Amino acid sequence: MSDQDLKKTPLFEAHVAAGARMVPFAGYSMPVQYKDGVLKEHLWTREHAGLFDVSHMGQARLRGANPAKSFEKLVSADYQGLKPGKQRYAVLLNDQGGVIDDLMTARPDDDGLFIVVNGACKDNDYAIIAKALEGEATVERLEDRALLALQGPEAAAVLAAHVPQAASMVFMDTVALTAFGVDAIISRSGYTGEDGYEISAPAADAARIWNTLLDDARVKPIGLGARDSLRLEAGLPLYGHDMDETVSPVEAGMNFAIGKSRREAGDYLGVDRISRELAGDLKRVRVNLRVLEGAPAREGAEIADETGAVVGVVTSGGFGPSVGGAIAIGFVPPALAVIGAQLKVIVRGKPQAAQVVASPFVPNRYVRKI
Amino acid sequence: MRFTKDHEWVAVEGDIATVGITAYAAEQLGDVVFVEVPDLGKTVKQGDGLAVVESVKAASDVYAPVSGEVVEANTALGDAPETVNAVPETGGWFARIKLSVPAEVEALMDRDAYEAFLSTL
Repeated sequence: MSDQDLKKTPLFEAHVAAGARMVPFAGYSMPVQYKDGVLKEHLWTREHAGLFDVSHMGQARLRGANPAKSFEKLVSADYQGLKPGKQRYAVLLNDQGGVIDDLMTARPDDDGLFIVVNGACKDNDYAIIAKALEGEATVERLEDRALLALQGPEAAAVLAAHVPQAASMVFMDTVALTAFGVDAIISRSGYTGEDGYEISAPAADAARIWNTLLDDARVKPIGLGARDSLRLEAGLPLYGHDMDETVSPVEAGMNFAIGKSRREAGDYLGVDRISRELAGDLKRVRVNLRVLEGAPAREGAEIADETGAVVGVVTSGGFGPSVGGAIAIGFVPPALAVIGAQLKVIVRGKPQAAQVVASPFVPNRYVRKI
Repeated sequence: MRFTKDHEWVAVEGDIATVGITAYAAEQLGDVVFVEVPDLGKTVKQGDGLAVVESVKAASDVYAPVSGEVVEANTALGDAPETVNAVPETGGWFARIKLSVPAEVEALMDRDAYEAFLSTL
């Protein structure tokens, strides 16, 4: 794809003006970093508040007589039981129990469901959802909306100065409200492990809201490079890397995405495989690794046991700025997925010591009650 | 000092070439968090992988701008990879190579030619 074919978010000009380095991502020209660079942007978000443009992600409304019931045909979560003002994580399943995408679904008001899916997956997702829901519910893509994420320990104080109601929300609350003078949908959630919010707003108002938030000295713009290192430290899998159509949510350690009522009913796609895996019959599972020596182990690096036999592969890896060392997410047989297990990662042909550690690498700081 | 289109620099004294990456390359890489320098005695041909620099996001190869034998490696970068960002064209050197084909050096760009090349990027 040439640069001319790349789509632009409503914040493209703001990124360029701020000195961002723009790269192709999910069909969009997106900021991978600003002038401070990935390391400083990462640490700023952990200490203060980082503002991210995630408008490449897909936002849509599902409407119908009972859109939650219809949507449950495709996803793992209990969405009929989703309370107003809440959102819940789920995976979109194929009939083999593999993951087509992971997503958030919210009930921010009484206008059906509001979903947010990955940018690189959205066209495929919407086609699958529309087909499965045909005659029962509709999918309306919200192409005219931007999505901003404000993340970090100072995010709550920053946003409350403009949107007082934000202060009374807890983790995973999602509400439709008037904010910054426009119709917004705000959730208290994110993809960094920090407290924070995601703000859906009309595209036409995105730059004004972006600049208003950046006027606060506690806020800096943060690129996708730091977004990736932040989510890696938070132990959050990235679709297309740590999950794909061959990986089940159980292998990916996302059991919580399969609702209790859904397990009891056994009414989700891929139930044969997933119920077997939930019962403990697993070939591989996701682990967090701390690389104890040598270079960072990147995606694709093999994982070996102490005898040198290859037992798995790294699916995301790099340097964790807050951890202060190399970290990775990978898949290994369950017998090796034990905290403290000594493994090797093979980087450029050299075996390096690595150890299975708990997830997340950096404690999350979600605000679950006020 | 001479330069390559891959943004390595070479400074020659006698038959020893010191090799690093340019300030432009260091800026493009971003914060360097790990450097892998070559083993002493390693023989490289021009264009072979000589070292690896890693930023938070990615690993990048550093290619040998000249052929020869590695006679010294900047192992201090192991504990202080950030030196590559701080002083890329001095203290952030990666290796010293004993030239086996000295004529290769003359064919590389001088500072003016490299600056002109950068202006085309």
